[in-house]
Amino acid sequence: MASLLDVRNLSVSFGRNPAVDGVSFTLAERETLGLVGESGCGKSTTALALMRLTHHARIEGEARFGERDLMRLDDGAMRRVRGSEIAMIFQDPGTALHPLIRVGEQVADVMRAQLGISAAEARARALELFRKVGIAAPEQRLRAYPHELSGGMCQRVMIAAAIACSPRLLLADEPTTALDVTVQAQILELIREVSSEAGMSVILITHDLGVVAGMTDRVAVMYAGRIVETAATDRLFAQPMHPYSRGLLGAVPKLDGGWDEELTTIPGTVQGAALQGGCRFAPRCPLAGDMCRRDPPLEEIAEGHFVACWKAR
Amino acid sequence: MSLVEAIRLERHYALGHGRVLRALDGVDVAIGKGETLGLVGESGSGKSTLGRTLVGLQQPTMGNVRFDGIDPMTADRATAQLLRRRRQFVFQDPSGALNPRMTLGATLTEHLRVQGWDRSATRARVPEVLEQAGLGAAFAGRYPHEISGGQRQRAVIARAISTDPDFIVADEPVSALDVSTRAQIINLLRRLQSLRGLTMLFISHDLSVIAHSCRRVAVMYLGRIVEIAPREALFKEPLHPYTAALLSAIPLPDPPRERRRRRIILSGETPDPTDAPQGCRFHPRCPIATEMCRRVDPQISMLAPDHGVACHHPGKIAARAEPATG
Repeated sequence: MASLLDVRNLSVSFGRNPAVDGVSFTLAERETLGLVGESGCGKSTTALALMRLTHHARIEGEARFGERDLMRLDDGAMRRVRGSEIAMIFQDPGTALHPLIRVGEQVADVMRAQLGISAAEARARALELFRKVGIAAPEQRLRAYPHELSGGMCQRVMIAAAIACSPRLLLADEPTTALDVTVQAQILELIREVSSEAGMSVILITHDLGVVAGMTDRVAVMYAGRIVETAATDRLFAQPMHPYSRGLLGAVPKLDGGWDEELTTIPGTVQGAALQGGCRFAPRCPLAGDMCRRDPPLEEIAEGHFVACWKAR
Repeated sequence: MSLVEAIRLERHYALGHGRVLRALDGVDVAIGKGETLGLVGESGSGKSTLGRTLVGLQQPTMGNVRFDGIDPMTADRATAQLLRRRRQFVFQDPSGALNPRMTLGATLTEHLRVQGWDRSATRARVPEVLEQAGLGAAFAGRYPHEISGGQRQRAVIARAISTDPDFIVADEPVSALDVSTRAQIINLLRRLQSLRGLTMLFISHDLSVIAHSCRRVAVMYLGRIVEIAPREALFKEPLHPYTAALLSAIPLPDPPRERRRRRIILSGETPDPTDAPQGCRFHPRCPIATEMCRRVDPQISMLAPDHGVACHHPGKIAARAEPATG
């Protein structure tokens, strides 16, 4: 499979603190990659850096998207990439949409800016998109303001705007975290539908391992600004090798039994992990030993299965 | 013997222009001594309002709360104060629930003093509850911003258990927390519950969290309890179509099974609670609704001694979809 995106050694720092520290991964055409990890691990920052939407950040490394390096495009070229080739949807659709502009107009604006089509045509296409993303009574909804719509409906509008120019890559940052579970099921289904229909690649950022299990082909687990493990989704869930991945999977409450047993926990907190040398997970790791004072590289231990841990090899 | 009871409980909010939000619209529930009842439902279902009304943070518009046989609304002042000590609340957002300008020790001290504890008893009690909440006495000198989210939630729990209450309402106690911290707090609440024989109402939108914390579960939808049963029965054979849909919508951390699962995808979202549908309030989203559901509001009925459901066609939908468990 040809790779669509090839991220090499991406680092993002705000002031002195690195939020993302040397992250490398590739994304194939039509592939859905899950980025998982707990708050502060750098998953959202990674996505924002790919879109070059970070403010006051120092970015190093490269992100090859086809022939181009996204990190080295000038602002004008980057603006043309956003929306037309890479689109992004956010966790809180209520604040991601402009509160004072009718939602239909917001979707039409994207197409007018990127495709250079007339206002009338953009409106007609917006209506079509609203139908496609399952918005009931689309003619009326085009004229609605975000506050008049529910969270799920706003997220559908966001998705309509994101797919308006048929991008090749969709970045979805916790797209269902703010939604109720029955609405989450609808939105995930919609993302699955539109991405497979258009042959889009997707990077799905989430803290919910259940969402990852159903939606992705491959998973990258992040901890304190680094990818600590990546593998095909089935393999990662069946044979997690990094102690952090194992801890994370063990800590999820199960719906189907083991209800009276204590949940596995990961002791300590992630605070300060990015500042220490060697393996960042070592202070919380049950397996940590002397060698963990050196930084473990991300190494391939089986085909397509990479782990950054001295003890897991 | 039940410790806490809600009898035809209603709580309305006037929104102006004659619109009334019925957050609770006739809720009957009893929680036994030492029991943890789980309460699930989506946003706007009224689960927080029920919790707040049961501990007395809000007054019911109609109906009664009974605590240990007493109606707090009609109790005299001394009894009312005693009842406050015995009923405590754990809030969802631990950052918002703690005063940022007070140390944890000062927060706990204030709470105990307000609840009528004397100075020396308070001084002895503060380090003790910090210890019990898994923080350690040294945390008394810390400010909320100096500690992590999980530790803040432990502090909120410490405050709730400090007066040695009989009943605790935990309102989404782990929703703001990360996976690894969430597991710690679930374990802590469970340990405290069994150690002290606490009675608890555990509110969460997450059924898997509920499964690990409670033996009996109530499901709310638009101000009503639509199903209530022991967790095994509720998860394996949900009788209400809303419960079945809720279960089937939860993503499981198990890739092969996730791909095989057939979901019941409900159409639409929870309707506007100021304008609840006629008949069964779930019927506009229900895949098996009939003419009767559009006309007649179903009352909760006991289909087994401990399994109540408010549906005209109980159990019909579960057979169609793969249950979430099994």
